[in-house]
Amino acid sequence: MKTIMEGKAFVFGNNLDTDQIYPGQYLELARTADIKEHAMEGADPGLVALFQPGDIIVGGTNFGCGSSREHAAIALKAIGAGAILAESFARIFYRNAVNLGVPVLVSPGISNLVKQDDILKINIETGEAQNLSSKKDLDVQSLSDYVLDILRRGGIKPLVKRQLREQQN
Amino acid sequence: MHAIEKILARASGQKSISTGQILNCRVDLAEVNDLYPQTIFSFQEMGGKKVHSPDKITFILDHYAPASSIQQAENQKLMREFCRDQGIDLLFDVDSGVCHQVMVDNGLVYPGMILIATDSHTTTHGAFGAFGTGVGATDLAVIMATGHLWLRVPEIIRINLSGILQTGVYAKDVILHIIGKLGADYALYKGVEFSGTTIRDWSISERMALCNMTTEMGAKAAYIQPDQVTLDFLSDKVTKEFDIVETDDDFQYAEELFFDVSPIPPQLAVPQSVDNVLPLTELIGTPVHQAYLGSCTGGRAEDIGVAARILNGKKVNPNTRLIVVPASKQVYLDSLHQGDVEKLVKAGATFVTPGCAACLGTHEGILAAGEVCIASTNRNFPGRMGHVQSSVYLGSPAAVAAAALTGKITDPSEILKLLGQEKS
Repeated sequence: MKTIMEGKAFVFGNNLDTDQIYPGQYLELARTADIKEHAMEGADPGLVALFQPGDIIVGGTNFGCGSSREHAAIALKAIGAGAILAESFARIFYRNAVNLGVPVLVSPGISNLVKQDDILKINIETGEAQNLSSKKDLDVQSLSDYVLDILRRGGIKPLVKRQLREQQN
Repeated sequence: MHAIEKILARASGQKSISTGQILNCRVDLAEVNDLYPQTIFSFQEMGGKKVHSPDKITFILDHYAPASSIQQAENQKLMREFCRDQGIDLLFDVDSGVCHQVMVDNGLVYPGMILIATDSHTTTHGAFGAFGTGVGATDLAVIMATGHLWLRVPEIIRINLSGILQTGVYAKDVILHIIGKLGADYALYKGVEFSGTTIRDWSISERMALCNMTTEMGAKAAYIQPDQVTLDFLSDKVTKEFDIVETDDDFQYAEELFFDVSPIPPQLAVPQSVDNVLPLTELIGTPVHQAYLGSCTGGRAEDIGVAARILNGKKVNPNTRLIVVPASKQVYLDSLHQGDVEKLVKAGATFVTPGCAACLGTHEGILAAGEVCIASTNRNFPGRMGHVQSSVYLGSPAAVAAAALTGKITDPSEILKLLGQEKS
């Protein structure tokens, strides 16, 4: 896992649901390359063209609410989201992102501290975070050991893969 | 301990547990729907060869039933083959209906179980005193590989409901009212128990609608303590033995809320969020292009029954269309036997295959730009049922039928009161 993330912020509001992150009409797509094309299409159809790997998604409260579709987390991972910071996360989206190895961090007050295109720098392990554009520190809650362990291994798939291999041996 | 905590403790082999603790729980039933071929891909990426417990896994082809594109057909084909190769007998194909209703109809849901599904509305099963929660594809693949899933012990809030519903007011109105008061993130990560005198009289159908919608306030799981209504309902469905756990008298809820349902009028969630709730009377006259009756929230036989009562011998307004989607095959059969399907078809309703249909904007009733829909479903997010410039009002099945009759938002209680007078 890359520990220090630095990238441009793409800012969204409260209750950004997974229908906006990944519209229902594309749910039948199963390949990551196809899913990637529609990331955030319901909220900001221009995002995919502008987003660079390592850039950071910023949300308000209840980010990723709604459908359990893993496509939402797959799409944001595929465009290279370095991290997702929000005031709070909906629980299924949070689990999906962690399982895929995408750092999701709760940052109270972030909606008022970050504007579109600000440059943010975050240490995933320690939770230290700064808005480099405004030179203000961001309050980021540290991750639980359980979640951090999954992220360090690159998601839950490598973790379970190792478990299964150990059981077989 | 709370009943939910006892269920989690039992499933993880612990005697006592505490809020916030992460447990590795044995899963009693894991359900995959046809939106999630990723479940199979993730299972294979983990190096999975044989699923852990094939008798505790079910595949239900509901979101694209039946396939309307080659890609959907490929996804369903992959799932059928996977079930065959893995010895998974619980495959419910495109004739079955929405996963939550199908599992209930087929006796797979019982008190005290842990039910995990790749669908956010798995909170529905709290109506039976089961711990039901939704996950994504990879979490479900972890269950297929290991039989277990990590779960955090949630804080638990209790919502007490008292009073008697007015004519034309249903569980859907009550839960919309509650979500409107509390907000879409009020119960994030939490368990939500419903209790009180009101729900004692409620049918399983109404209890399922209530628990189903807790997802829209962020809840992890819902819970209603099983009672005689529950046991009577389950008696001819569930063959497995189960035991019912109860919350200890000294359990401290994270929060306790009280709602008197008596004064609540019909409610609508207004575009574009589920917590944007107004009394329906404030929206009367809003033109509606499509009325949609269906889903795991509002597509059961009782829901179709009230619509049939409102539309019996009448016609759907020419300015609108009524789409009806029975939640399951069993619901469809029940509605046929009761004569409700015939009444609605004669009134001009369009019946489509039991399943999720247009609730999530995939097929069978998609909205064009600028169109307005009133739906007995659970979400009204931007673009949820079609074009991003369409809009969805969420209400009770009666409110949907009333709008179908007039072509605009209409108070169902007025119509039902008149029908009641005609009867007496």
